[in-house]
Amino acid sequence: MKLNQVQRLLSAAVLTGENHLEDEVHTACGCDLMSDVLRFAKEDGIMLTGLVNKQVINTADMANMHSIIFVRGKKPGQELIDLAKDIDMLIMTTKTPMFESCGILYANGLKGAKPKNEL
Amino acid sequence: MNYKVNFEVEKDDFEKAGEASRKIKKTLKQLGVDNKTIRHIAIAGYEGEMNLAIHSDGGEIILEVSSEKINLTIQDVGPGIPDLDLAMTEGYSTASDKVREMGFGAGMGLPNMEKNADFFEIHSKVGKGTKIQMSFNLK
Ligand SMILES: Nc1ncnc2c1ncn2[C@@H]1O[C@H](COP(=O)(O)OP(=O)(O)O)[C@@H](O)[C@H]1O
Ligand SMILES: [Mg+2]
Repeated sequence: MKLNQVQRLLSAAVLTGENHLEDEVHTACGCDLMSDVLRFAKEDGIMLTGLVNKQVINTADMANMHSIIFVRGKKPGQELIDLAKDIDMLIMTTKTPMFESCGILYANGLKGAKPKNEL
Repeated sequence: MNYKVNFEVEKDDFEKAGEASRKIKKTLKQLGVDNKTIRHIAIAGYEGEMNLAIHSDGGEIILEVSSEKINLTIQDVGPGIPDLDLAMTEGYSTASDKVREMGFGAGMGLPNMEKNADFFEIHSKVGKGTKIQMSFNLK
């Protein structure tokens, strides 16, 4: 699925990284535990989270995630947007809550990270 | 060793925490290390860096690169870990609520560092500090 389709499905607003909207992704993880992302997430997937702080962006960066979507209307401040811009990562915000966001993306063909795919 | 650099990590500085790991990742990319190995090092280094900021009284990360392998040493000046077996158990954490609100404190950092490294050794002494040595083989 292309990121611009993800954006449409979740009515998400792009905060930085528009240049990645044409990229294809195959997996996503919905996660408020950063250590879970670092342990289980597949790289190049989308990370959906309800947390907003610098370590969320650092985690996505270290785990080679493709992009971050902040759910339930969470919106990072300018400092975090600048950091994401620095590392060339697409970040978006959507009003859609976590459970619904994941459900919509899953129903449209995105896969999760099964434990057997770890590392 | 062909290349060696160290990064200081301060206690409770969650503004700066993560910067050492980002610099390490950037350095390894510039050195032409393969992406899979970089990801292992970035993840293990970042969990270690967060542990320094969260649990230690301050410490440092030392990156050493040679043609065969990459060494990552993460050491601090205290307070040390009283029960290493317990600390290495998945799910065990003494992190505060503030740290949990940030998305950390799942008790998976140390086990995940061990999983990502080809060699992992941890030593700790209460009142002295903790030292973790990790190596990552280069093909
Ligand atoms: N550098 C350190 N200094 C002191 N204690 C530590 C250090 N690193 C880890 N610990 C202890 O080991 C526990 C487990 O660490 P870890 O697996 O990274 O999980 P978490 O950081 O989520 O608590 C910590 O909760 C803490 O009690
Ligand atoms: Mg930890």
